Amino acid sequence: MAASRAAVVGSLFWKCGSCSTGTFLICTNVNTQLLSRQICATPAMRRKNLAAAGPQKFTEEFIKKQVEEFNIGKRHLANMMDEDPQTFTQEDIDVSIRPRRKHHPGDQVFPRQTAVQWGEDGRPFHYLFYTGKQSYYSLMHDMFSKILAVEKYQDRLRSKNLFSLDTKQISLAGSRWLLKEELEESLVENISDHDFARFIQLIERLVALPYGAAEEEFVLGYRRQLEVQSSKQEIQPLQYDQKGVAYSTADGRRKMSTASVTLKDSGSGKFTINGMDQLHYFPVLQDREQLLFPLHFARMLGRFDVDSSVTGGGRSAQAGALRLAISRALLSFLPEGQVEDMRQAGLLTPDPRVKERKKPGQEGARKKFTWKKR
Amino acid sequence: MSLHRLTLRMLRMVRSVHSGSGLQLQAVAMETEPHPAKNLSVFRTTEADPARHSEQHAAQYYTLSPTHLRTVFPHGLPPRFQMQVKTFNEGCVMVRPPALEIISHLKKADYSKPALHYLLYGATGCGKTMSLCHVLHYCSTQGWLVLHIPDAHLWVKNCKELLPSSSRPSRFDQPVQASQWLQNFKVTNDHFLSKIKTTRRYVWTKRERTEEGRPLAELVEQGVNRVKSSSDVVGALLRELRLQAGQGDFRLAVAVDGVNAAWGKTSLKKEDKSAVLLEELTLIHNMRKMLNNDWCGGAIITALSQTGSLYTSRLSYLPQELLGQEGFDKMDPFVPVPVSNYTEKEFESCYLYYMDRNWLQHPNSRTEEGKKELIFLSSLNPSILERLCASL
Repeated sequence: MAASRAAVVGSLFWKCGSCSTGTFLICTNVNTQLLSRQICATPAMRRKNLAAAGPQKFTEEFIKKQVEEFNIGKRHLANMMDEDPQTFTQEDIDVSIRPRRKHHPGDQVFPRQTAVQWGEDGRPFHYLFYTGKQSYYSLMHDMFSKILAVEKYQDRLRSKNLFSLDTKQISLAGSRWLLKEELEESLVENISDHDFARFIQLIERLVALPYGAAEEEFVLGYRRQLEVQSSKQEIQPLQYDQKGVAYSTADGRRKMSTASVTLKDSGSGKFTINGMDQLHYFPVLQDREQLLFPLHFARMLGRFDVDSSVTGGGRSAQAGALRLAISRALLSFLPEGQVEDMRQAGLLTPDPRVKERKKPGQEGARKKFTWKKR
Repeated sequence: MSLHRLTLRMLRMVRSVHSGSGLQLQAVAMETEPHPAKNLSVFRTTEADPARHSEQHAAQYYTLSPTHLRTVFPHGLPPRFQMQVKTFNEGCVMVRPPALEIISHLKKADYSKPALHYLLYGATGCGKTMSLCHVLHYCSTQGWLVLHIPDAHLWVKNCKELLPSSSRPSRFDQPVQASQWLQNFKVTNDHFLSKIKTTRRYVWTKRERTEEGRPLAELVEQGVNRVKSSSDVVGALLRELRLQAGQGDFRLAVAVDGVNAAWGKTSLKKEDKSAVLLEELTLIHNMRKMLNNDWCGGAIITALSQTGSLYTSRLSYLPQELLGQEGFDKMDPFVPVPVSNYTEKEFESCYLYYMDRNWLQHPNSRTEEGKKELIFLSSLNPSILERLCASL
């Protein structure tokens, strides 16, 4: 019952959309057919060419009506699901409606598009409209005016003999500048590489000024945080068996093989694979070197007894899978700083390369049939 | 090396002259001497006689003298070891428990009883052939007659010329292999060949024959010169030795490496593309008769080998697997001697030997980490370790 009701509401949602109101950017409402296509759209497609879509095609009242309908529908859905309408979040909507159709109101489905830039008399609203890139140039002008303001402040301090160079600088550690694509997205305009370079130049000039810390908030709005990659790694805590010996288990995959490894502490350097010694399982030196690498890198060669099993793939794939599994199992035994070292050495990155599929009309994945001129 | 030590000593002397104490000079000069000798004794032993080797020499290298290398082992040593001998300009063999065990048995055995079988077995590359060579060196220094078949597998495969036997209709001869083996046999046992006489008349062709009472040297000459009848000569030689070993003049050591070839399969084909059976090969037939323990006055020391064997799994190494039912029954009863990978002490010894020979050139190999790498990658297997340390 709930499912069918959800289906009805789902169809309601199909027809309406909601958007967040920006300053002069209003989301457009696209007709049902395009809507259905957009719901299944990939992020790449969604991000494509916002500026080229042109100014809005529907009036603001229509959009406002759609927003109200969406909210009413949302309250109906909350009632059907016996939940509180006030605290009915977007995730709850997604769960209630059939999962195949992921529908988010707002920027995620309807990308921001430029509203109509001129009034009824045909005169453009913005003073820089005829430059063609009004948002970009207005941003550049804003930044330059900020620079001028800071320099004016510096002059005032100099006149009072209070100027000093050792002031608090804007801290740029742990973050990166906006990418060109991200800037384009925020300005809803196409920018050339040269324009972007000039933008970065100007904002860095602002940052470098002695009393530029006043504009910190503005500058940090154009920076994105860099996450410490290794903090994403989930390290299993060490397990202890009956005798109190520490051990850890981990899995690894490469191409078509999967490996599972158990590292036992206070061992003698024995290495068993599928019950066989690693020398007998991997007669080729290259494979044994792959197994050696994580333990040698962590300088824990003779310390562990390794018991592992591996299936699938060829000999090189099995060796790679085992290597990844050993590295992951080792993480539990390592001190803090070494985890980042392991990650940078490439030991924790699963190798994404798999066999490329054969295409019809070709001999293999890339090889074409013999080309005959006639 | 000695020059370097001299200069060091001179430097120290100069320094002590400056410090002005004559007593110090003497003390320093005494100091430098024992260290090199101490290092040497850890992995080398000066005892060159295998008869005097015991547990105290275990895991140490002893040097084979060049004359012995030429006479006792014209064809017996493994090819990689021969290369190593040439590179290092000396032949050094490690004293290990399997060889010591067999030597101790040989010392205590009763030679009026039928010959005992000794079987060296173990995983690939553990040192079976080298242990066999050590035992043969002992036999040779004790004045035994050494009959060494270096690799029986070479007689059951890759034979270009397979002649039908002249003496028996259903047999096949291998002239090249037989004459080569006879030449090597002559090198090893020259001094015996003039003393032992034939007991019977052998007719090779219409014009060639060997009379009764002729020295064996003549028999061997016949085989080396007339290649066509060399396989039959081998058979005759083996028969003579079998008969006369029991009479007590000399002791006979029959050493066969890769003995599982005698009861395995061949890859040889007759002219009509049908497979040759092992019984149809003269050399193998005679070898099997030799391996029967129906003669006295010697010992049969054998080693299994998977490496050259035909139609056996790579990982099999046990006697039952490699010899098969028939071979196991024929060899039964035997003294099994297992050969295993290096122990920690033996590995240490091997490592120090390579360092002494300046064979490990990489700077990392001098560190502890480097040693651990070697241990891991070779898994303490002697031949894999040798290949790891070898040149590219």
